[in-house]
Amino acid sequence: MQPDQTDPIILMEGVSKSFGDFRALKDVSLEVAAGERVVVCGPSGSGKSTLIRTINRLERHEAGRITLAGVELDDGRASREAVRAGVGMVFQQFNLFPHLTVLGNLTIGPVRARGLSEREARELAMRYLERVHIPEQADKYPRALSGGQQQRVAIARSLCMEPRIMLFDEPTSALDPEMINEVLEVMADLASTGMTMICVTHEMGFARRVADKMVFMDAGEIVETADPETFFTAPTSQRCQDFLRKILNH
Amino acid sequence: MKFLPTKWIALALMALGLAGCSGNWGWYVVDPRLDAGWLNLRFLLSGYLYTILLSVTAFVISFALGLMVALPGISRRRGPRAFNRVYVEIVRSMPILVLILWVYYGVAQGVGLSISVFWSGVIALAISDSAFQAEIFRAGIQSIDKGQYEAAHSISLSNADTMRFIILPQAIRRILPALGNQFVYVVKMSSLVSIIGYEELTRKANELIVQEYRQFEIYTVLALEYLVLVLILSAGVRWLERRMRTDERG
Repeated sequence: MQPDQTDPIILMEGVSKSFGDFRALKDVSLEVAAGERVVVCGPSGSGKSTLIRTINRLERHEAGRITLAGVELDDGRASREAVRAGVGMVFQQFNLFPHLTVLGNLTIGPVRARGLSEREARELAMRYLERVHIPEQADKYPRALSGGQQQRVAIARSLCMEPRIMLFDEPTSALDPEMINEVLEVMADLASTGMTMICVTHEMGFARRVADKMVFMDAGEIVETADPETFFTAPTSQRCQDFLRKILNH
Repeated sequence: MKFLPTKWIALALMALGLAGCSGNWGWYVVDPRLDAGWLNLRFLLSGYLYTILLSVTAFVISFALGLMVALPGISRRRGPRAFNRVYVEIVRSMPILVLILWVYYGVAQGVGLSISVFWSGVIALAISDSAFQAEIFRAGIQSIDKGQYEAAHSISLSNADTMRFIILPQAIRRILPALGNQFVYVVKMSSLVSIIGYEELTRKANELIVQEYRQFEIYTVLALEYLVLVLILSAGVRWLERRMRTDERG
């Protein structure tokens, strides 16, 4: 699918964020079109996570503007509603609710925040569990599942909110190697449906296969933005070349 | 090192048996084989109902009160946090006996509001215990991983729903042993309410002593009454803990 470049669904302009003396984001600007798949990479501490966490307001930006489908993000109600209806997030540590079953994890958001009935929410949940290939685990508790299964439940949990944008914060970094692929497959499948996605990941094979746009960050700045082909074959900045050499030759 | 409750009870009974050998002691006052002894014993045992009624009521109220005091304690704002600190420090430094006397005699004279012995006891025990429960709740809530809040935020749960459906259920599971201890503590402290004439276990024992002048035997029975009650409670708490653990295992 060719993303529509005239209508950015996410627009970040000059966004900055500090934690005490540490400047996590320095004057970052980024445009993401509806349906576009963006992969963000860079060394640890470069601000990748903070970047996507400002998009669903897990972190408040201090300067600059973030617009989500035309709504500027701030502490107001319209902003909250835009994030609520628009953005899902998958975490490195899954963050499933351990005291709820898989089905309970999936239905609580739709029931409490979207006003669906228990029955509607359950049908929706089963539909998404099938999409991530684990409908048979619906009644189990998270700790009975493998890491890969837990992360797929977490993806399904986000999808149950039917967001327009999905944020992935190193979704495979906490997984055993043999489970990484099952999660990446689900993500690639999701990408093929035209979902707008921003993934922070070091899985460069996945990035090459799925991304429309590569973003390289270092020290709180976006150093390079390019299509995957250019990014992997002819990165322009020295920092990006060094980074790629390190992670591609291990 | 691990003694079963039944072993403890057997040990206590053996000690009683030995004690019965001495000519100076008069176990006849509580000997169930004698008519008068059986009558006395039933009189002592009749205190159970009131001790339990008082403790349970006080505990339920202090549970709710503790939670209401704990929540401001985890607020990001200073005002609510200060309220939590002041409440906990003041209440925690007040001896329960003083509180009981103050509520029963003090309030009656000072405000002209006369409260029954039962409710005076309940109020004093509940207030005194609520400070400890607030601290337990606060520790429990703060022990829940930040990722749980973030996941709840990412599926758009409101702050109240996050507390109610995600954080508190997990926190309460964790603090269950501490809450069990606290209940045992309330049961034991309820003996102090005998001072204002509430007819619970201790009061019954004191009344019987006035008639029979057998302090050693009657107070021994009294101590055993509390021992049995507390052992049953501890077993109940352990059963509850086990059940909640198997819940999560799925």
